[in-house]
Amino acid sequence: MGIRFILMVNKQGQTRLAQYYEWLTLEERRALEGEIVRKCLARNDQQCSFVEHRNYKIVYRRYASLFFMVGVDDDENELAILEFIHLLVETMDKHFGNVCELDIMFHLEKAHFMLEEMVMNGCIVETSKANILSPIQLMDKAH
Amino acid sequence: MASSNSLMDSLFQRSLEDLIKGLRLGESTFVSKSLDEIRREIKLTDPSTKSVALQKLSYLAALHGVDMAWAAFHAVEVVSSSRFAHKRIGYHAIAQSFSDQTPVLLLITNQLRKDLSSSNEHEVSLALECLARIGTDDLARDLTSEVFTLLGSSKALVRKKAIGVVLRVFDKYPDAVKVCFKRLVENLESSDPQILSAVVGVFCELTSKDPRSYLPLAPEFYKILVDSRNNWVLIKILKIFAKLASIEPRLAKKVADPVCEHMRKNNVGKSLLFECIRTVFSSLSDQETALKLAVAKIKEFLVDDDPNLKYLGLHALSIVAPKHLWAVLENKEAVVKAMSDEDPNVKLEALHLLMAMVNEDNVTEISRILMNYALKSDPLFCNEIIGSILVACSRNSYEIIVDFDWYLSLLGEMARVPHCQRGKEIEHQLVDIGTRVKDARLELVRVSRALLIDPALLGNQFLHHILSAAAWASGEYVEFSKSPYEIAEALLQPCTCLLPPSIRAIYIHSAFKVLVFSVGAYFSAQEPTSSLLAQESTSSGSSVVNGFTYDSISSLVSMIELGLCSLSGTIDVEVQERTKNVLGFIGMIKHEIAEKPTSQDSETEAHRAMAFMEDVFSEELGPVSSTAQEKVPLPKGLELTENLEDLQEICREVLEPVAESNSSSFHTSDKVSFSVAKLTIRDQEEASSSLPPPPESASLLAEHRKRHGLYYLSSQKSDNHNDGDGNDNNTSNEYPPANEISVDSFKPKKKISKPRPVVVKLDEGDDPKTKPDASSSNDEPLSRAIQTALMGKGKGKESVKDNHDINVDTENIGQSSRREKKKKKNGERSSKRSSRRRRDQEASVTKPVEVPDLLL
Repeated sequence: MGIRFILMVNKQGQTRLAQYYEWLTLEERRALEGEIVRKCLARNDQQCSFVEHRNYKIVYRRYASLFFMVGVDDDENELAILEFIHLLVETMDKHFGNVCELDIMFHLEKAHFMLEEMVMNGCIVETSKANILSPIQLMDKAH
Repeated sequence: MASSNSLMDSLFQRSLEDLIKGLRLGESTFVSKSLDEIRREIKLTDPSTKSVALQKLSYLAALHGVDMAWAAFHAVEVVSSSRFAHKRIGYHAIAQSFSDQTPVLLLITNQLRKDLSSSNEHEVSLALECLARIGTDDLARDLTSEVFTLLGSSKALVRKKAIGVVLRVFDKYPDAVKVCFKRLVENLESSDPQILSAVVGVFCELTSKDPRSYLPLAPEFYKILVDSRNNWVLIKILKIFAKLASIEPRLAKKVADPVCEHMRKNNVGKSLLFECIRTVFSSLSDQETALKLAVAKIKEFLVDDDPNLKYLGLHALSIVAPKHLWAVLENKEAVVKAMSDEDPNVKLEALHLLMAMVNEDNVTEISRILMNYALKSDPLFCNEIIGSILVACSRNSYEIIVDFDWYLSLLGEMARVPHCQRGKEIEHQLVDIGTRVKDARLELVRVSRALLIDPALLGNQFLHHILSAAAWASGEYVEFSKSPYEIAEALLQPCTCLLPPSIRAIYIHSAFKVLVFSVGAYFSAQEPTSSLLAQESTSSGSSVVNGFTYDSISSLVSMIELGLCSLSGTIDVEVQERTKNVLGFIGMIKHEIAEKPTSQDSETEAHRAMAFMEDVFSEELGPVSSTAQEKVPLPKGLELTENLEDLQEICREVLEPVAESNSSSFHTSDKVSFSVAKLTIRDQEEASSSLPPPPESASLLAEHRKRHGLYYLSSQKSDNHNDGDGNDNNTSNEYPPANEISVDSFKPKKKISKPRPVVVKLDEGDDPKTKPDASSSNDEPLSRAIQTALMGKGKGKESVKDNHDINVDTENIGQSSRREKKKKKNGERSSKRSSRRRRDQEASVTKPVEVPDLLL
């Protein structure tokens, strides 16, 4: 399935966005997020961005106060996922203009919309910023 | 009143933004208050109030763990709204909260169908995204034809999402392959990078589940590998080839060149370069040039300052390590350096690699380095290190260990590492080496003694297992001990109260063995028949070990008595019972010792008891194969499921010499437990007052051996080998054991002065039975369907290109396909022809899948 879930978590460990590509119950999600956040937040900048957790591999990257965490299958390419995270951040930057935690909090549905354009069924289907943003821009115009 | 309330609710409804602002204030009851509002608002008829309520609920569910399953029906209501903004909120809620068990799932089939056929591409894409997330068997079956139509859509936005959804549809409804697969394959030749990226992603997932079915598509994949300039696409294609090449070696040869080309490029992205390296390491490692190039490239990763690259470099090396260890050895320095990295994940990878490099020549050196790291590391990593040393050294019955004395002292050293928590493993290995390697027993006793006499170790609960092994070894092999008195003293020291009762019982039992051995040696020295011999041997030095004087033996006995008397009232039954046994035994022999060596009559009760006890402990324990039980052939007529009425018959045979009363009123259970007690010869029973004469115990033992010789390991046999004679002759053994003992013939090494001692090894006990995994996946419906679809792809191809015919099997698809045909009028003409071709293809299903020649 490739990507299993995408999380955005702030420095305090609060989840700001959670997108799952497989069905987990609320309890499972909460437990999983708690464990991953504990593991990743304990690490420093000199350590690598990959953490193994249960049967997932977590690829994470910190941008300012936000951690982007992507849970993938074991044979996924870690560096490609880092590039994917970077692409996501760049796309958000392009839309919000220097994206910050508040942007994601108040425009969660837009963030989800971008993700839906980029990832389908755990597969990355779109990597062009312009293509990702065009439906959102259309929507903004309609409002 | 109700209507005015609802009007108020609509007018003064909090928006999502209000909700978020409220949440940020951090009021504790805010979430539950908002939930109450949402529950009210979501029931209103006004669609926009309803959808905002649903939006707020989704937000709370996603980020604050609020359950939203109760709102499933409302989500369906919102989806049916004609406004896109509402629809979006509804679909998002559904994707987030619906599972296969959601009862209202059936209600959205029609809505999905409607939206999938909508003229608004954004509505279509919403529906596709939703289907990709929640698609069930039923949904996949009912919507297959819509997905098929969309696969040919001229709008890239829709088409790439239709491709993405195919994965879910195939997974849930394999028959969809018959409809959609051809169009999916056509998309592999698309020139649009968006489409290509999506379709390659789908094939990557499909291939990873069942590579064999996709071999016929190798030419298409190959073309993409050579032509594509997109890293994302290439990475996925490489993953596909990694799977395909591992089952088709000819493919590996073909693919190696383009992969090398990608690696040689100067500006190649790190992610693609890494994927190339990983592909080579995992599947193309037989291609020499590719492997050499990959190893050269991985060096750059290992020396890079970026911790990510370093980690991945080590990770990649561990893939290639089992087949090409030289690649790891070349980078030894980098691996050792990574052991002191500050990232625990990097250290762990380095540790795995180090352990992969261990062999019998460097095991000492590597273990020494690792133990130094273990002392410096945090508890977690320290135990990882100890654990991996233990695993590597014990592999294959201690294959790489030549010097067992060294290894045993290493095990002793591990016990003293402050963070050591691997007590169980160390315990097992100490006992295991004791039973398997005769020559190592002297050192084992020495190491055990050092552990036992240190009272500081008793306070560490992680070491209790190790101590129990040390206690057992000291008792079992007490004849190697320099000072049995010291051992007994250590076993009964006051601090042992810190041990759990089960281990304390082992301590007491070992003290018992020490006592029996010492008194036995003392008695035999007195015996008139052997005293001459004993005196002779006294001068030759054996008395250094066995030299028990009257004083030493009586002080030993009284020391043990003193140590145990406080325990006879313990609550734990096991400890109490063993204590009583020892005390009872001491009571029996005490007066004999007190009489001093005046009595020359060796037939006293104490002597007989002694002889019997020595008999009991003299039988050597051997290792037991883990599959011993399985080797027992099931006797004919043995019904394992029936009740045990017949047991009496079986027991009578055993009991005959003992229970001659023969009365049928005798309870079966009594007999059984009695006979079992006889057969297992526990010391407890025999040490108590009704003591059977020694010959009987010996005969029982022989009897037991005769019956269950299967499980006995002959101890004489390893003696034979100790003479340096490799011949394996069992002639001395009356009851040849069924387990064959394979013994490594030692190869004399120049570097090592002493030869590797014999390790008793049970041939087949170690390798777990692996079930032949066969081609079970081939039986899965999806694989079958795909193999069918790909059959004769070559001949069908041309016709596919000029008319996009619908490849429908009318019988299987049923209704949906008929609907499908109505819609696709231009496909009508060709469908007859295609179904005829399909029948041909199905006829040839049984043929194995082959890779087309054009590639190979």
